[in-house]
Amino acid sequence: MKSMTPPRFAHWLLTQLHPDETLEEVEGDLGELYTYWYERSGKIQATLWYLLNVVSVLPPFVRRRKPKQSPYRQDVSSLQPTMIRNYLKIAWRNLTKNKVYSVINIGGLAVGMAVAMLIGLWIYDELTFNQYHQNYSRIAQVMRHEWFDGKKETGGQSSPMPLGTELRAAFGDEFDYVVLSTKPVNYIIASGDAKFNQSGRFMQADAPELLTLRMVQGSRAGLHDLNTILLAETLAKKLFGDGNPINRIVTIDTQVNVKVIGVYEDLPISSDFRETAYIAPFRLYGSLNSWVKDARDNWGDNSFPIYVQIAPNKTFEQVSARIKGAMLPHLKAEKAASKPEVFLHPMPNWHLFSTFENGLSITSEPMKYVLFYGVIGLFVLLLACINFTNLSTARSEKRAKEVGIRKAVGSVRAQLTSQFLSESVLVSMVAFGICLGLVQLALPWFNRVADKQIVILWANPIFWLVCIAFALFTALLSGSYPAFYLSSLQPVQTLKGLYSSGSLSGWHSAVASRKVLVVFQFTISTALIIGTASVYQQIQLAKNRPVGYDRSGLLSFPENGFLGKEDVIRNELLRTGVVAEVAESAYPLTNEGSNNTGFDWRGKTPSMNDDFGTIRISGEYGKAVGWQFVAGRDFSRKLRSDSSGLIINESAMKAMGLQQPIGEQVRSEHWQKGTYTILGVVKDMVMASPFERVRPTIFSIRGGKRWMLVKIDAHVSLHAALPKLEAAFKTIVPDVPFDYKFADEEYALKFAVEERIGKLASFFTILAIFISCLGLFGLASFMAERRTKEIGIRKVLGASALTIWRLLSEEFVLLVLTAFAIATPTAYYFLSNWLQKYEYHTHISWWVFAGSGIGTLTITLLTVSYQSIKAALVNPVKSLRSE
Amino acid sequence: MRRTYLGEFEEVVLLMVAILDGEGYGVTVSQALEEHTGRIVTFGTVHNTLIRLEEKGFVTSELGGGTAERGGRRKRLFRVTALGSRALQEIQQLRQELWQLIPPKTLQLSGS
Repeated sequence: MKSMTPPRFAHWLLTQLHPDETLEEVEGDLGELYTYWYERSGKIQATLWYLLNVVSVLPPFVRRRKPKQSPYRQDVSSLQPTMIRNYLKIAWRNLTKNKVYSVINIGGLAVGMAVAMLIGLWIYDELTFNQYHQNYSRIAQVMRHEWFDGKKETGGQSSPMPLGTELRAAFGDEFDYVVLSTKPVNYIIASGDAKFNQSGRFMQADAPELLTLRMVQGSRAGLHDLNTILLAETLAKKLFGDGNPINRIVTIDTQVNVKVIGVYEDLPISSDFRETAYIAPFRLYGSLNSWVKDARDNWGDNSFPIYVQIAPNKTFEQVSARIKGAMLPHLKAEKAASKPEVFLHPMPNWHLFSTFENGLSITSEPMKYVLFYGVIGLFVLLLACINFTNLSTARSEKRAKEVGIRKAVGSVRAQLTSQFLSESVLVSMVAFGICLGLVQLALPWFNRVADKQIVILWANPIFWLVCIAFALFTALLSGSYPAFYLSSLQPVQTLKGLYSSGSLSGWHSAVASRKVLVVFQFTISTALIIGTASVYQQIQLAKNRPVGYDRSGLLSFPENGFLGKEDVIRNELLRTGVVAEVAESAYPLTNEGSNNTGFDWRGKTPSMNDDFGTIRISGEYGKAVGWQFVAGRDFSRKLRSDSSGLIINESAMKAMGLQQPIGEQVRSEHWQKGTYTILGVVKDMVMASPFERVRPTIFSIRGGKRWMLVKIDAHVSLHAALPKLEAAFKTIVPDVPFDYKFADEEYALKFAVEERIGKLASFFTILAIFISCLGLFGLASFMAERRTKEIGIRKVLGASALTIWRLLSEEFVLLVLTAFAIATPTAYYFLSNWLQKYEYHTHISWWVFAGSGIGTLTITLLTVSYQSIKAALVNPVKSLRSE
Repeated sequence: MRRTYLGEFEEVVLLMVAILDGEGYGVTVSQALEEHTGRIVTFGTVHNTLIRLEEKGFVTSELGGGTAERGGRRKRLFRVTALGSRALQEIQQLRQELWQLIPPKTLQLSGS
């Protein structure tokens, strides 16, 4: 009698599979029957009978008892138009009732969405670079892999001229167009008195078709004639005003007259051809530069980019494979040693995938920025969503009673769920609307900082789809807790006020997850603060770096159109009395120019790198830029022998391994072949990137120069000096526009990339902190409200305002400190990685961490204190009297 | 004709519920069925029939108190409704009328 429990397996089967509605009674009945069979026919029989009968009440044999239908519930759909209208009405009333929370909620979400959208648009712009050119998917640049010292290196943005001819002749069926071009070149484009130094290109006749220029006037054809030119719209406007530019004559470099045959829409910033204000026939470049004649059949002279458009039925891989060996047979043995391998670099890859290692594309700097900003955008958005979720869960407690009453008067769960969801959908849609406005307002500023021309993609259906989908997703995510958890509560319990004790576990997990989310928010915020501070520190460090020369009052002029009158101009300028010195150089001061190998000196060992920066200057250069000698002397105009003299910088001295370099001989193989004597050593001058080591550089006064450097007298103001300089120029070279650049401004441009990172990062950081604090503010106020009674009792029992303030703030301070503890090592890790890429970099200092920690804590305390002090000062009588 | 059709087995089960007079639930109905008719059916058959009868409105049910021998589980007790008893009576009456119509000879012949 005692062991008359039914077989366990069968019983288990029953509990698992039998419908829940009738499980209890069936379980009881079968148990009773088992006992009956056991007593009548013994255990084995009973077991078999039990098993059989259990099977008879399992699906599919069993009939389900239909739940009793309440007469009120019939035909209640939670998604009828009337109900939806009601949900929205209630949602709207709730929003307007709690104005502060609504503002925090919607504002925070809108700001987060706006940041994400800005970054999203920026990334979209980066990814769609060059798509202005309609056939971008078939356009490529001809480049090559070469082997140097056993390493495969990729380059050759410029190719030899005959390669273009060869591609067209031997592989013509692979291409629609093969276009030889120059790199962007600066020339004076003039029409009458209007003259401008402009960057443009000389390209073969198919270029307008390849680039699919959008013609404003004229046609794409016509570059076959030698003396023609196409102008960008802006340049045409500048030259001719509103007049018709077609068939007008413009002068290039004050020498050649050409006819305008077309005007094209300016190429956008998001094109690699953006700096093309004019396109002239490639052959014209030859008549402007005599050296081009020699390049025509020289396979060793890599001076011209080649752009191609492949035939519609080909792929880049196929064509690359065919033209791979196009160069090799034509090269002299010495050049052929590098085994150049020609390939096509597709236009869609130009912008983000142009860094190669071992012949393969690797993550480039721009790609890293795309990822970097992408992550930041995601984080800021996440912060906003967390806020939204946190505030709605916190607020949901107050609404438990509402749920109870609604259920008591007959709401079904589905209705409550849809009500809460429609509320969060409403909030996120309103936020999305505000976000669009914010983005529209921020775009001009953002474009200026990021150097972009981004617009909101109003007409792009995919953009809308993504945005709406995202807003809905946010709404569902943050609305899901109240929607699904609260709607499940028992009305009796909530109305009795048993909510917090009755469902303690649910409530605790909500509080715990909220804490985790706050920690997460502040981890991100703190990490962003640390990061931004370090970026600025790095910029500051580079800015304070001693540059080795004096940039102030130094102007540089391109010598376009000077036509050998440099000395006359120099004398004229000196005569104005406002100029301290005039010098010439092959490159502007803030550009390190070219580099060359093939140098030899006493004590050179094969392992020494003989790659030096090489700059041709005039004898007065040193005085103009104010370089500082470590040893030896400057060039002198009086000594003719100085034309075979050299001045080197300290880095070069070290690279050559010379202790006493003065008087040593240096032989040059390639660069201005000859033997030189070292006259002096100057301190390193930071001409290229201020974040990198200074390159070993040598200066010579032989050869041609391209830039004139003018040092204004230190006692004369620029304002007074400039008109006099202009007058002096006009008397000698009236055809040349008075175009100049300030050396210090040019130098400042070198920080552009880093300053952009700094500006954007600090913008995002401020927003991240703002959003986090909004959330904290809301949360703190809920905490204070929830504990109103507790605070009242504490005050009655004699707690001071200070104690209560501490009671309420403590928790948040703890959370922020936890966040700080997580953020510090994370930020340190990523920052030290980032700084590694700069040769000249700062060390992350402890006070950045300390400062950001204290900063975050202060902000937190300020945010929370407002609420906690308010709560602490309330008269306990008031807080205890209610209810 | 009647709106609801009562099957043969359903009729028997309904009769059992009536016999048990408020004490009818899964176990007692099965046992009574076996005792009075000698039919041994699976519990599922009885269970399903009871549910069906309830859906048709011939019986009502409520959950009764649990007993120790059932491990404290409640039982679902069935009771015949007015509709149910009328249905039974109508069947009974119909049968009687039909019996009246049988010529006495027929049954005697087949009986011998």
